[in-house]
Amino acid sequence: MLALEHVTVSYGTGLGRIFAASDVSFQVEEGASFGLVGESGSGKSTVLRAIAGLIPHAQGRVILAGREMSMRRSTAERKMVQMVFQDPYGSLHPNQTVDQTLSMPIAIHKLGDSDRRISSVLREVGLGREHRYRYPHQLSGGQRQRVAIARALVLEPRILLLDEPTSALDVSVQAEILNLLARLRRIHRLTLLMVSHDLAVIAHLCERIGVMSNGSLIELATADALASGKVSHGYTRQLLRSNRGFDRSGAEIVDVTS
Amino acid sequence: MSDAPLLTLRNLRVTYPGDEGDFVAVRNVSFDLGRERLGIVGESGSGKSTTGRAIMGLVASPGIVEADEMRLAGKDLTSLSERGFRRLRGKKVAMILQDPKYSLDPVMSVGQQIAETHRCHFRSSARAAQEAALEMLAAVHIRDPDRVYALYPHQVSGGMGQRVMIAMMLIAGPDLLIADEPTSALDVTVQHQVLAIMDDLVRSRGMGLILISHNLHLVSSFCDRVLVMYGGRVVETCMSGQLSKASHPYTRGLLASLPELGRRRAELPQLQRDPAWAEG
Ligand SMILES: Nc1ncnc2c1ncn2[C@@H]1O[C@H](COP(=O)(O)OP(=O)(O)OP(=O)(O)O)[C@@H](O)[C@H]1O
Ligand SMILES: Nc1ncnc2c1ncn2[C@@H]1O[C@H](COP(=O)(O)OP(=O)(O)OP(=O)(O)O)[C@@H](O)[C@H]1O
Ligand SMILES: [Mg+2]
Ligand SMILES: [Mg+2]
Repeated sequence: MLALEHVTVSYGTGLGRIFAASDVSFQVEEGASFGLVGESGSGKSTVLRAIAGLIPHAQGRVILAGREMSMRRSTAERKMVQMVFQDPYGSLHPNQTVDQTLSMPIAIHKLGDSDRRISSVLREVGLGREHRYRYPHQLSGGQRQRVAIARALVLEPRILLLDEPTSALDVSVQAEILNLLARLRRIHRLTLLMVSHDLAVIAHLCERIGVMSNGSLIELATADALASGKVSHGYTRQLLRSNRGFDRSGAEIVDVTS
Repeated sequence: MSDAPLLTLRNLRVTYPGDEGDFVAVRNVSFDLGRERLGIVGESGSGKSTTGRAIMGLVASPGIVEADEMRLAGKDLTSLSERGFRRLRGKKVAMILQDPKYSLDPVMSVGQQIAETHRCHFRSSARAAQEAALEMLAAVHIRDPDRVYALYPHQVSGGMGQRVMIAMMLIAGPDLLIADEPTSALDVTVQHQVLAIMDDLVRSRGMGLILISHNLHLVSSFCDRVLVMYGGRVVETCMSGQLSKASHPYTRGLLASLPELGRRRAELPQLQRDPAWAEG
């Protein structure tokens, strides 16, 4: 369904040049879920944005459903891949109500039947009618994230890119969203690509996991291998340790990559 | 005087008037905070951020804040003017907001923003402020402070943005820090590093810390005490590390809904809310 071949993204020039992603390659089958983990700044969002076609100067190949994507996407290609951004506050327009936020993509893609689509997608993400005409600042953080997910779902994409979709959510809504994503995946054969810092969340939804560090994909593991601690990279082991709660010794360790 | 708690709240209530009647976001919340680490957990919309904002004097109008008693470092907050709150913020109490990028100025480099805060609070020279800002960036484990100093908010990753906010709040040296989901965008290893920095400030400077988070394991392993909020109320208080022994069905429901490594379930149990919980 999705293949990345040697995707590279750099910013800046000369000495100031940094590689946000370097030579990243992996594949995800249709209907499968792939997870990306890795330290802050390792390039996870960059990889998702490159897949979404949001980085025009990205190098390498992104192949969706057998077709190589040009860096400038057609409307149909854009509808196929939807992204839920890391920062739900920043990605929602402060002067637009939930209703307006959801109407926009429906109008752009000329899907019609706006009213029914909006009320059904709101129900799917667990928001009520009372939220439909609110502005972002009148919603809690978790409610805003649900709006962001609803906006991506309303276009009925084939591939959903999720950047930290539940880190702003409380655990009860997280369970609801994870169940929702699992259900959507089952019913629509939706392909998921998810970034999260929470290994338990990643392992719950994804059967394969990629670990990123300094722009590179340094390890590929199955969720089962991860759960049983069968990982080879030191950073991955450290991630596993830190997932068990605050522990000062975990904090003293310097990044393995620096 | 030194035994007096840093913060005292008695029956804090926050109401948002609306067309369809008033919405009470925080109902009779009471607690004392010493120079310690207090955690607040609870589902989305339970009133955690609103509680923090009330202490900061940042509940936006037309929201109404009422309390029988609300004191910070001996100062009565119930009668404090907007101007009084502005003087308090930064120096006495600072809040790391839940949505870091939203609170950064998009047209100023992140380093300059931190330096500006330093200048503002200490009337320091441009040079000293810049040095302090670079030091602070290093203290929150930004790997390449010189590079990141010059970046604009849209150029930093989510986790960097969050640490920039933390640096900005800590540089003024507040007595009370309210950290609203300060580490949710950070990878776990950096999460722990940032918490260790705050922990040091609690221990060495006697800062009080309120940590608002959805991460039950993190809060319970890090804080001295944890308040569990539901529907604007505190339904249960747990001591450090004792969250797994919580007795309230709501807290138990939250714990049950967590995914676990090595225990794959097709479906996670979702919370069944009982209307009686909201009655207190
Ligand atoms: N527009 C930009 N200009 C310059 N540098 C950038 C830009 N966008 C991203 N970067 C840099 O690229 C690197 C990777 O960023 P990215 O957002 O992909 O990280 P991430 O793995 O998603 O981190 P986090 O977990 O903190 O969100 C970072 O060092 C970041 O500063
Ligand atoms: N300006 C406002 N007007 C109306 N209602 C508001 C306003 N701000 C917040 N609320 C409501 O108050 C309640 C509490 O919000 P608050 O932001 O404190 O929740 P929270 O516990 O921090 O949730 P989250 O974990 O999702 O951040 C929510 O139901 C929210 O919709
Ligand atoms: Mg990111
Ligand atoms: Mg909040």
